[in-house]
Amino acid sequence: MRNTRRTLLAACVAVGTLASVTACGGGGSGSSDSTGKSATYTFWDPYPQFDASSNWGKRVAQCGTSAGVKIKRTGYDTTDLGNKALLAAQQGNAPDVMLVDNPVVSTLVEAGILNKTNDLGLDTSAIQKNIIGAGTIDGASYGVPIGANTLALYYNKKILTAAHVDPASIKDWASLTAALKKVKSAGKKGITFSAIGTEEGSFQFLPWFWGAGGDLTHLDSPKSAAALSLWKQWVDEGLAPKDVLNNTQTTSWQEFATGDYAFGENGTWQLANAEKAGFPYGVVSIPGRNGGSAPVPTGGEFVTVPVQQDTARYDVSKKIVTCLTSSESLLASDTALTYVAPTAAVQAQQVEANPKLKPWVEAVAAARGRTSGGLGTKYPTISQPMWTAVQAALSGGKSPEAALDAAQTAAGKSKG
Amino acid sequence: MTIARVDRRPHRSPAVSGAAGGADRCDVPPRRRRGRDRLTALGFLAPLVAYLAAFYLYPLYRNLDLSLRDYTVRSFVAGDAPFSGWDNFSQVLNDPTFGPALRNTMVFTFVSIALQYAAGLALAVFFNRHFRLSTTLRALFLIPWLLPLIVSASTWSWMLNSESGVVNYALHLVGVPPVDWLTSPHWALASVVIANVWIGIPFNLVILYSGLQNIPGELYEAASLDGASGRQQFRRITFPLLRPVSAITLLLGLVYTLKVFDLIWIMTKGGPGDSSSTLATWSYQLAFGTLLPHFGPGAAVGNILILIALVFGLLYIRVQRRQEA
Repeated sequence: MRNTRRTLLAACVAVGTLASVTACGGGGSGSSDSTGKSATYTFWDPYPQFDASSNWGKRVAQCGTSAGVKIKRTGYDTTDLGNKALLAAQQGNAPDVMLVDNPVVSTLVEAGILNKTNDLGLDTSAIQKNIIGAGTIDGASYGVPIGANTLALYYNKKILTAAHVDPASIKDWASLTAALKKVKSAGKKGITFSAIGTEEGSFQFLPWFWGAGGDLTHLDSPKSAAALSLWKQWVDEGLAPKDVLNNTQTTSWQEFATGDYAFGENGTWQLANAEKAGFPYGVVSIPGRNGGSAPVPTGGEFVTVPVQQDTARYDVSKKIVTCLTSSESLLASDTALTYVAPTAAVQAQQVEANPKLKPWVEAVAAARGRTSGGLGTKYPTISQPMWTAVQAALSGGKSPEAALDAAQTAAGKSKG
Repeated sequence: MTIARVDRRPHRSPAVSGAAGGADRCDVPPRRRRGRDRLTALGFLAPLVAYLAAFYLYPLYRNLDLSLRDYTVRSFVAGDAPFSGWDNFSQVLNDPTFGPALRNTMVFTFVSIALQYAAGLALAVFFNRHFRLSTTLRALFLIPWLLPLIVSASTWSWMLNSESGVVNYALHLVGVPPVDWLTSPHWALASVVIANVWIGIPFNLVILYSGLQNIPGELYEAASLDGASGRQQFRRITFPLLRPVSAITLLLGLVYTLKVFDLIWIMTKGGPGDSSSTLATWSYQLAFGTLLPHFGPGAAVGNILILIALVFGLLYIRVQRRQEA
C-alpha cells in the first residue's frame, strides 16, 4: 500500500513536470464583451515593436475614436498570432479586428473564423490583384491588405566600388555570382540572407526558386534543384557565410549592417534602418536565373474581421477596417509601417513623397502571394519540407537533388 | 471511498448526529471525533487536489484527447474532431523524423546528465573542503541557474556563431580552423549539449553539495586513522553514502532534460535539417512551428515524451525500493 502510494506520487511528479511543456489547450484572455453595449473593441496585430505612442499605435486609437469606440490593441509576435487566433476562436473570444500575416489568412479561413469582405460590405476593388490574391479563396476575399512588402537585394556602394562591380551589370544569376567572386577576391564578404528553418527561410528562398521557374507543387524538379544549388554553391565557396542557416531576416540584416557584406537579401521594412546603417546603399531587384527580375513573394498583413457570436459588432468593426484601409488613410497607415500601399493611386503618392520607394513599388507589382493560385492551406505543407530541404542541402547533409526529392515526398504525403 | 462518506455530513450538531447516527452506527464519540479529523484533513487536502486537477489532470486529459482525434484547423475551432484512435501515433511513429528525434533525445539527455552529474559531483566535493572564498565561488557557480533561459541560450548561440562567434575566434588564436557549431549537422547536437551541461551543473552542484553535508565527518576521521587515501575515502564513503541523493538528482535531471525545448529552439530550431531536433522540439514544430498547425500529431509526440519520463520514474522507484529492502 505504502509503495503504491509512493509510486503514484513519483509518477505525478514525473508527469507533472512534463505536462507543462506538452499541454496545448490554452486560455485566451477573455476580453471581448458580448453584452453588445460594450464600447471597447479588441484589436490584434503582429507589431509588438509599436507601442501606444508610436505612429501606428496612434492611428489605431484614432480609428477607434472616429468609430465611436475605444480600441484595446494588443501586439503579438508574428509567428504566434495565427495560433493565438485559433485558440481564441476555439474559446469563443476572437478579437473584433485582427491583422494577420498574409499566408496565415488561408489557414484561418480553413478554420472558418474569418468573415468575407463582401459580407461585411468592404470595398476592395482598388487593391492590386496580386496583393489581395493571398487572401482570396475560391474567388472570395477574406481581408483587406494594409500594405505590402517584399524582398530585394540591398548593396553596399562602398564595397562594390572598391571591387569594381557595377550594380547595373547584375542581370542574372551568372553576373551576380561573378560579382560576388570579385567582392570576395577584393577581401570583402559576398552576400547574406536568411535560410533558417522557419517560414522566413522559405520566404527568402522563394525569389530564387521562382526565378528558376520552379513550381511549388513540384519541389523535385530540376529547376528547383538549380535554385538550391545556387545557394549551396555560394555557401560552399564562401561567397555567403555558413551562418545563413541560423539567420533570421533580422540577424541577416545585422550582418549586412556591419558593412562587411556587399549584398543582403532583405525587405522593404529595413529601409529606415538602411538610412541609419552609416554607409551608402542601393537596391536592385533579385535577378531571375536567365535575366529579368525574379518573381518575389508578397509580404505584409491583411486586416481581417473574425467571426463573432454577436453580429451587431460588425458595423463598428467595419468602420475601423475602413478607417485603416480606405484610400485616404492608407498613406498614413503605410507610412507608419514603412510598407508599400496596396493600391496604385496611393503608391504614386508614396513615390512622390519618397523616390527611394520606386524600386520597391515595382517589385511589389511583380510579386506573388505564397498561398495564391489555389494553393491555400497546401502552402504550409509545402513550405515546411522546402525549408528543411534548404537546411539539409546548405549544411552539407544532403545533395540539393536528394534533399528536394525528400521534400516532395514529405509534401505529397501530408494531407493539408 | 472514505472521502464520499465524510462529505455527506459536513456540519452536524451532536443532537442530530445522535438521532441519525443510529442507522449509520456512527454514534460512538471517538468515531465522531475521527470523522471530524478526517474532515479537517480533507480541508487541508482540498486546495492541493483542486490545484492538481485544474493544472495537471485537465491539461493531461486534454493532451490525450488531442492526440486521439483527427484535428484540422476547422475541427479544432468547432470542437467536433472525429475520434481516430491511434492514427496520430502511427503517423508519428512512421514519420522519417521520429527515428532521428528519438535518438537525439536520448543522446541529448544521457550525455547531458552524465556530464552534468560528473562535473556537479566534482565541484561539490571540491567545495566541501571549505577553503577561503569557497562560499563566494560556489555562489558564482549558481549564475547559470539564475539567468533566464532565453538569455543564456541567445548568448550561447552568439558565442558559437560560425562567422563571428567568440569560440571560433579563440580557436583561431590557437590555430584551430573554425568549427560550424550550429550550422553543421555533425556539431549542432553537440553544441546544444554543451550549453545544456553548462546550465545543468549548478543544479547538480547544489543538491550533491547538500548531500555531502549530511555525511558525518567522523566517518572520514575514522577512515583517515585507518590510513585510507583520499581516493579510497571517495570510493568507499562519499559515493556510497551519496547514492540516494544521486538517484534523485539523476531522476530529476532526467525529467528536466527530456523536456528541454527552449534552449534547442533558440539555438538551432532543431536544425540544420533535423540534426538537433528532439521529441520536445519536434512536438512544438508539429503543433506550432508551421503556418498550418498539426495539433493531433504534436500532442501524440508530447504523450510519448510523458510516457518515457514515466518509465524512468517507475524505474527510479524500483531501484529505491530494492535499496531499502
